[in-house]
Amino acid sequence: MSDVLTVPRSRRTVELFLLLLALAVAVGANYLAGIGREEPLGDYFWSQAITLGVMSLFIHLILRVKAKYADPVILPIVVALNGVGLAMIHRLDLSAAQVNPDFVQVAPQQVLWTAVAMGSAAILLIVLRDHRILRRFTYISLIVSAILLLLPLTPLGLEINGARIWISVGFGTFQPGEIAKITLAIFFAGYLSTNRDLILLAGKKIGPLQLPRFRDLAPMAAAWLVSIGVLIFQRDLGSSILFFGLFMVMIYVATSRVSWVLIGLAMIGVGVFVALELFSHVALRFDSWINAFAPEVYDRAPGGSAQVVQGLFGLANGGLIGTGLGAGRPDLVTYANSDMIIAALGEELGLIGVVAIVMLYVVLVSRGIRAALGTKDGFGKLLACGLSFTIALQCFVVIGGITRLIPLTGLTTPFMSAGGSSLLANWLIVALILLISETARRPAPSAPMKDSFPEALGVSGKPKKSAKETTR
Amino acid sequence: MSEAGELTVTLLRFGFLILLWILVLSTVGALRRDLVVGRRNKVGTPTAREIRKNPELVEEPPPARAAAHRLVVTEGPLTGTTLDLAASPILLGRAQEATLVLEDDYASGRHARLFPQGSRWFIEDLGSTNGTYLGGAQLTRALPVEPGVPIRIGKTVIELRP
Repeated sequence: MSDVLTVPRSRRTVELFLLLLALAVAVGANYLAGIGREEPLGDYFWSQAITLGVMSLFIHLILRVKAKYADPVILPIVVALNGVGLAMIHRLDLSAAQVNPDFVQVAPQQVLWTAVAMGSAAILLIVLRDHRILRRFTYISLIVSAILLLLPLTPLGLEINGARIWISVGFGTFQPGEIAKITLAIFFAGYLSTNRDLILLAGKKIGPLQLPRFRDLAPMAAAWLVSIGVLIFQRDLGSSILFFGLFMVMIYVATSRVSWVLIGLAMIGVGVFVALELFSHVALRFDSWINAFAPEVYDRAPGGSAQVVQGLFGLANGGLIGTGLGAGRPDLVTYANSDMIIAALGEELGLIGVVAIVMLYVVLVSRGIRAALGTKDGFGKLLACGLSFTIALQCFVVIGGITRLIPLTGLTTPFMSAGGSSLLANWLIVALILLISETARRPAPSAPMKDSFPEALGVSGKPKKSAKETTR
Repeated sequence: MSEAGELTVTLLRFGFLILLWILVLSTVGALRRDLVVGRRNKVGTPTAREIRKNPELVEEPPPARAAAHRLVVTEGPLTGTTLDLAASPILLGRAQEATLVLEDDYASGRHARLFPQGSRWFIEDLGSTNGTYLGGAQLTRALPVEPGVPIRIGKTVIELRP
């Protein structure tokens, strides 16, 4: 883990400029999506524009007051991604409403969730002044993660399309696993930053590899069991990949030992083998990835490849510059507004548009990693790395699945897919990364150090502050 | 839709793609200062190519350092204690698992950590209540420790010796 220093400067004005540009992208996308299909500047247009505009300017103001030195590009990027996602969901609603007049629109609910998610991020920024406070909750977050992951298996849980990862709350459904990825990242960061030396030191050296001690493998085994448990009991391949990948990256960042990566990959190999043998749905996924274009695989009722192939047709139809927002047929793809939203965007914005979106994700993740490099405490470094990696891994799994680089798994595209829990979790992640980037860029206090020297206390006879520390 | 209307829509659609890329490029542009690899935020030794471009980047080789082999407590309740340094990090604090258990009311349980990197030892404060001082200045990040420079933790002062 290393430190990188930059000249401290607030740069909130740059953020404001970029934010206005991002809002122009978001509102522009929404305007184009509705053009020719509904009356221009209708109710939905204004609700989207006002929600995004007011909430993002609100967060910008909070940053000006509470976290002056936070990274200036994170907020604009996320606002742009969220806005383009909302526009695409709305555009798919309009197509669906043409086919089926009784269709319940998804977009207004998503706008509501956006407001809730941005509001929660704002509250987190205000309440949590410093991310280091979270370190105190290391083991509590482990318990919270366990509860969140077990919730869908209780009677509260709902099974949708074979995966049992939702719970029903009063007004709709919620995926507790999305929040669990944050609490798990907090636990891993707290645990690894405390026990890093122990894990690093002990162990045998075989050739160039330093193997860890067996008992230091325990948390890794626990992470593996959690992932396998999610796979078996909730039948959700995506989350299981996400949790294990998160742990592997964090332990690699903490120890910089290649042996951990090799052990992790071996464990993934075992997991994949077991899953292929035991679960028909995983085997079907694999088959519909490799033989996607075979007619019998395409037509197979459950686990067919129609979805991914339709997505590919859409991407091909879009070509380099796309059909233009509102002019393609992305609604032909099933789940076009959640799992396959990148295919829908690829059809209507073309390669040029999709690459721009991928670039936005790349810059976002790189800013998270940059915050990790800049911050001084090990916990913050690990947390920022882990959280930005979850965004990167989700993008890779989703976009890789849609372009048939890897088998398609049901993960949400961060900030874009329809679905409130994912949006909420990702906005909370953004708030945490913003806080960490603030500590990374804030100039170190250069006040006189003399006052805090302990001998001054001895001379005056009375301690200025309770210097005696209670045992931790 | 009329022909003129269609043309406008097509232009708007192209305009949107351009706007998207303007956003991407201006975010990258805003980061330019951060991405600069130069004297201002130098991370490590300059590469051979950078040296060829600006020869002033070449640094004087640092004076040969005496590697530290012992840790000596020079002040505080444990005065006189010495510890041989191996290749492993050292945890300083009041906690029982610390390598050097400080019996010092002003030290935290897990106060600071000394670790070797390359040929040098670094000290890092682990979020202690009263701070760690290296040669009189409070640590805000991990810093290299030269032999003979005092490290103050509460009432205890330790030094590295060759």
